[in-house]
Amino acid sequence: MAALSDQLVSIAILLYLAAMISHAVEYALGNGRAIARRAAPARELVGAGVAAGGATTPTGADLGVGVGKEPVTGDADTTTGDAPAGAGRKRPPGQRARLAGRIAVVLTGLATVLHLAALITHGIAANRMPWGNMYEFVLTVSFIGAAAWLAVLWKLPALRGLGLFLTLVMVLLLATAELVLYVPIVPLVPALNSYWFIVHVSTVVFASGLFLLGAVPAVAFLMRNGYEQGRRSFPYTLAKRLPAAASLERLTFGLHAFAFPVFTFAVIAGAIWAEAAWGRPWGWDPKEVWSFISWVVYAGYLHARATPSVKRNVAAWLAVLGFLTVLMNLFGVNIFFEGLHSYGGL
Amino acid sequence: MTAVQDRTGTPAPAPRRRPNPVLALLRNSWRQLTSMRTALLLLFLLAVAAIPGSVLPQRGVNPEDVRDYYAAYPDLAPVLDRIGAFDAFGSVWFSAIYLLLFTSLVGCILPRLRDHVRALRMTPPAAPKRLDRLPQHAFLAAPAGGAEAIAATLRKRRWRVAVRGDEVSAEKGYLKETGNLIFHLSLVAVLIAFALGSWYGWSGNRLLVAGEDKAFCNTRQQYAETDIGPRVADADLPGFCLTLEEFEARFLADGQPEFFNARVGVEEPGRELRSADFSVNSPLRLDGANVYLLGHGYAPEIRYTDRNGRAQTSIVPFLTTGDMGLTSEGLAAFPDVNVDPATGERNPELQMAFEGIYLPTAPQEPPYVRSEYPTERNPAVFLIGYRGNLGLDAGIPGSIYRLDQRQVTTGKLTQLGEAKLLRPGEKWTLDDGTSVEFLGTRRYITLSVRHDPGSTMMLVSCGFLLVGLLGSLFGRRRRVFFRVGAAPASGSPTGSSSLVEAGGLPRTDHPGFADEFAALVAAIGDGGRAGTPTGVDGDTGAGTGRADQDRARTREGTE
Ligand code: HEM
Repeated sequence: MAALSDQLVSIAILLYLAAMISHAVEYALGNGRAIARRAAPARELVGAGVAAGGATTPTGADLGVGVGKEPVTGDADTTTGDAPAGAGRKRPPGQRARLAGRIAVVLTGLATVLHLAALITHGIAANRMPWGNMYEFVLTVSFIGAAAWLAVLWKLPALRGLGLFLTLVMVLLLATAELVLYVPIVPLVPALNSYWFIVHVSTVVFASGLFLLGAVPAVAFLMRNGYEQGRRSFPYTLAKRLPAAASLERLTFGLHAFAFPVFTFAVIAGAIWAEAAWGRPWGWDPKEVWSFISWVVYAGYLHARATPSVKRNVAAWLAVLGFLTVLMNLFGVNIFFEGLHSYGGL
Repeated sequence: MTAVQDRTGTPAPAPRRRPNPVLALLRNSWRQLTSMRTALLLLFLLAVAAIPGSVLPQRGVNPEDVRDYYAAYPDLAPVLDRIGAFDAFGSVWFSAIYLLLFTSLVGCILPRLRDHVRALRMTPPAAPKRLDRLPQHAFLAAPAGGAEAIAATLRKRRWRVAVRGDEVSAEKGYLKETGNLIFHLSLVAVLIAFALGSWYGWSGNRLLVAGEDKAFCNTRQQYAETDIGPRVADADLPGFCLTLEEFEARFLADGQPEFFNARVGVEEPGRELRSADFSVNSPLRLDGANVYLLGHGYAPEIRYTDRNGRAQTSIVPFLTTGDMGLTSEGLAAFPDVNVDPATGERNPELQMAFEGIYLPTAPQEPPYVRSEYPTERNPAVFLIGYRGNLGLDAGIPGSIYRLDQRQVTTGKLTQLGEAKLLRPGEKWTLDDGTSVEFLGTRRYITLSVRHDPGSTMMLVSCGFLLVGLLGSLFGRRRRVFFRVGAAPASGSPTGSSSLVEAGGLPRTDHPGFADEFAALVAAIGDGGRAGTPTGVDGDTGAGTGRADQDRARTREGTE
């Protein structure tokens, strides 16, 4: 079982990598899709049309058959079906881009399924929830991120372009987990043997996954926002084909508004557990300090976002900063500091 | 969001004729302090100020690390200590930030609380003249029963309704502001609970060796370390006694712990003696204190028989050194041996001490320095004997776990030959005919005993905090208005008297409002006999344009 799980992780990494490449191809082939989106009023993203404002290829307009309604898991077959009598004619670049994008989504979906399978087999091998050490933790957090990404994509298919960032993050996280954090399976130490383990860790994992996902549109928003304000230098040009800044901003807020209470609950559950296990609900252990910092930064984000006089990109920077503190908690604290959470297993 | 705008939008009080400069300064500072920008800045500062507390060692977390830091950076450490860096979360600067933040918070929520209570008492405002200027707008067929019927439908959907003649105004979503206020008030409550805990709470740590003769009764003197709040008197400590009856620990093959359980005899005042089990994750909850299991180890029983044939036994815990196999170090000291039988006086030249390493599972071959497994598979103690003056009379408080090295370096204590490995039951006869025998071991556990009177309040306020947060984040304030018998603004001549004009105004960011409005209109309009209501065209779009429009309208609507 354990070996199977390890192999599944490796395959999932490769699939995420393939999805990333596929997304990159979609990016490179580019323009047609953006125009397509303008032609078909996107379901949620009114602003997306603006994105395509500049680019006009004559072939673009007639390609826009219902991009908004496109099924997320739309497999390659349907896509080829879209191209009428595609045999003889060369496909227009927009269509090829779309194909690449869909393949990327399918690959991400497959990778996520294998990722889940890896988690389940790991859990079976260990005979417990797979959250006992950092390796397992990162594996779970990244799975939540990927699954939540697919859910978001289901609702807002026009965001597909962000998949490039997401898969990049996934590959990096999983590769770090495999190469740096890997430890063989062992049962839990008594300190972890409590039902609070499930309550606290599952919510922390879930919230971290959502924060991970939320950071993607936050960064995308910052780039796109700069682009819309006329910046044409390096990172901003990447945002050329992203959805409109306003919709990215909304998505960022939605994800964080959802993640923040979950995280709050997780921290409270951690405190309740700490009271039972260590005799005090809060003792400024490094892990606790960094949770506190993350919490305060995200509270700052929500305030900034709720204050009209604070610019939205300042708020988005706070969200990005928040995610950096989450990463610090996940990796930095286990690596640099020694504390009561040091069963992290490194 | 609106609330913020409402507040910033409040006209400044009319300037007095002769403003007192001091008062003006105070008022301005207060306004500055309770502004959202300041709150943001303080939140950010709080996050930054928390970082040193995780980077530098903290006394409250691990005092030994602070000592090590002093050793490693002898110049820097005292400076850092002066600014409270080793007790960062109790330091002046950290406290200043959160106290300012909480002052700002209170200053922010009190006026909002007042406004909100007022808003809760008020009926929804009259409909604006031109409903078609609201973000949502529709015409529908008038239901039988007119305004009252509309009001009834709205009430059923839990809107707060006011009927004024032919007009119906309704509002919903007060929960958002209620939740927000509950959330912020809970934050204050959490802080108060924290303060209660540190003023009226106490805690202490100690070791407890198994056996009746090693029982411990709860007094301040019985603890190795204590942290007792400033408002706690010695007499406040509950007078219970504990005896360790049994300790069970199981480990995996590689030495990783798997299971712990301690059974203690508990004697509380006015109650029968009873036995209780507790463990990691399930503390022993007594009246007025909780007892937590932090660690465990072995206390070797070492018997020394002196020149007069009198035997004494030392049962002192050997402290674990932190390795997997529970290798432990300790000291068996015998200051009162070799007493002159005639005078009954101590002979400072003939005191005895044995420094040792205890190995629960000693390796098969030397070196005997590391235990291979945490349970006693091959127990052995490795002793170094000393004779001479232990230095206990000098009045310098010595550790019971470690030999006073000064006595050795000054030659007042001399080592007796080579170190000796003893297994249980083995005896080592020394050069002067006296002997030392390793009888076996007893288990000991490390305990933390605590009382935190703020914990219940903390838990309850955290519950409220979470509920309030959910209300605040997901609640949505919105208003709808209905005017019966209105003609369409376009002046459509047909059936104007049987129409109802409806308008909707989301008061906060609310992308789903159009759908909700459409559903509401459909429900009221008797299944939409008047056809598709205009203005509800399924445009749920929420791009910048629309959002800004909403916001602009919102402002308009609140004035
Ligand atoms: C201990 C410090 C504070 C923390 C941790 C905190 C946390 C939060 C959080 C998490 C929210 C999000 C709920 C939402 O978006 O509706 C919020 C909302 C809000 N907070 Fe605070 N807060 C603090 C202090 C303050 C202060 C000092 C003020 C006043 C200056 C304030 C005013 C507000 C307002 C007006 C909202 C509502 C925003 C909206 O309507 O969406 N908070 N707070």
